[in-house]
Amino acid sequence: MSTTPTLKRPARAKGDRMTWWEAIYLPEIFRGLAITSRHFFSNMTGHILQLFGLGRNLQPAVTIQYPEVVRPLPERTRTLHRLTKREDGSPRCVACMMCESACPAFCIFITAGEHPDPTIEKYPVRFEIDLGLCVFCGYCVEACPEDAIRMDTGIVELSTYRREDLLLTIDQLLKLEPVDRTTPRSMHPIPPREGDGTWSPPGVEVPTHLRAGLTRLSGDPIAVGSDQPPSS
Amino acid sequence: MIVEALIHLVKVLLVIGFVMNVAGLLTWVERKQSAVMQDRIGANRADIFGFRLIGLFHPIADGLKMITKEDFIPPGGNRFLHTMAPFAAFFPALIAFAIIPFGDVLRVGGRIIPLQVVDFNVGVLYLLAVGGMSVYGVVLAGWSSNNKYSLLGGLRASAQLISYEITLGLSIIGVLMVFQTLQLSEINRLQGELLFGFIPKWGVVVQPLAFLLFFTAAVAESRRIPFDQPESESEIIGYFTEYSGMKWGMFMFADFIETVTVAGVATSVFFGGWQVPYLFADGFHFPWGSIVALPHLAVILLQVASFVFKVLFFCWLLMTIRWTLPRFRYDQVMRLGWKYLLPLSLFNILATGVVILALQAL
Repeated sequence: MSTTPTLKRPARAKGDRMTWWEAIYLPEIFRGLAITSRHFFSNMTGHILQLFGLGRNLQPAVTIQYPEVVRPLPERTRTLHRLTKREDGSPRCVACMMCESACPAFCIFITAGEHPDPTIEKYPVRFEIDLGLCVFCGYCVEACPEDAIRMDTGIVELSTYRREDLLLTIDQLLKLEPVDRTTPRSMHPIPPREGDGTWSPPGVEVPTHLRAGLTRLSGDPIAVGSDQPPSS
Repeated sequence: MIVEALIHLVKVLLVIGFVMNVAGLLTWVERKQSAVMQDRIGANRADIFGFRLIGLFHPIADGLKMITKEDFIPPGGNRFLHTMAPFAAFFPALIAFAIIPFGDVLRVGGRIIPLQVVDFNVGVLYLLAVGGMSVYGVVLAGWSSNNKYSLLGGLRASAQLISYEITLGLSIIGVLMVFQTLQLSEINRLQGELLFGFIPKWGVVVQPLAFLLFFTAAVAESRRIPFDQPESESEIIGYFTEYSGMKWGMFMFADFIETVTVAGVATSVFFGGWQVPYLFADGFHFPWGSIVALPHLAVILLQVASFVFKVLFFCWLLMTIRWTLPRFRYDQVMRLGWKYLLPLSLFNILATGVVILALQAL
């Protein structure tokens, strides 16, 4: 007699195999129907009572009617970026390019200008964020040594009708304010673009060679709609 | 003569209007009921001049959308059959309701009007024949699309429909054996009798197993979850993949009409049709002896109301089933149909025959 070991099926976990009662299917169908019908009738009662102004403490639906009722965002949600300002209203940004380097989506475009004050090295002539590329990872905020960029505006409704409108220029980014958490969130419009998208300290002329149109819109370094990362 | 024709026309329009309107409303009911069952609110955004009316404009919006969409016929597809298929699916679903009586005979000014479009003496056979025709729409749609997935979907659908047709027919045979007639109006009338003097002799009372089998097969025939193999929107693609616009809409609408028809047939054959328990031609005769006399018109109105109520109840039940149960896999559909439902329906015929013989011998 050979002693071929017989393969033993691993023991099934309890409840893994259907019992006879479950296998004939019908009682379980009725159980399922009972559960859904219970929800149906209790919710229906709630809806009808509330139609007549009764049963305010009932909650027949968990739906939040979104555009009318806006849900508060969690404290640390990364929302639309903004550039922080010094007390005199100038950007804190020193055009060090840390955020642009850290950005995995290549969506930040900074053009640095030379500051007339010799104690200050650079200032941002342009600071553009292409929201069409941004992945909202927050690395720019982490990378910034000057606390110049933050993602605390509370703005998440970012859709536009034109792709160009997704490109935020420095004036737009400077106009944005942190979200006021004491009041309920509402739809924030993104401030409209003003000027030619450059910024300069008071009394300083932006050099003409930096005046050309928006970095991304003018096709320099990359054209709108192109998926290529900027060539170095 | 002209009056006869007019009466017929009115009945036809009534029935078609009822079926189409209920089917149209079912598209709204499906959204709203599933939402309420799942603690949601459901579609409520379509509005006319700011009035939303709990989403009742959504079927209109759907219709407008489907009519204005591009009507696409795939290159290489058979143009004629591709256009024919939605009609072939739509038509049988719609005409099946013609033989379902929605009330007893109405007597107005010496005229006798049966509340039924046509009273075939082979009504049940007509039902099964028309039900069988609905396969053509599915097969034609799959075949004329010039798409192998559509073709496979069509084949699967026809396999399912044909398999469950057998159970559908065999389960009704039990009822026919009890009532000894194929005429639906007669079946309805006989269901008004009382068993032991107090139980209405509805089909479901004398043939409970047949009702379960019939209902399961009918849900499968209506091609909706849990038997949505023909469509399989959540897993692979079905027979109307290559359809767009109103032609697709007709397939979808045919499913809803089929739901109404299933509800109508289940009501008519198994739940007494227009019968109200203890309501006879001259009023209520309760088993404890009290009698409430009612005029003829009130009786007829009660009967029609009872029929409509039952049909709507079954529509609700079908929706509840559709939003409760998970869908079957294809092999499970086939196993259930051939290995469980078919033998059970044969057993039902045998058991019915034995009981009838035993009752005759007594």
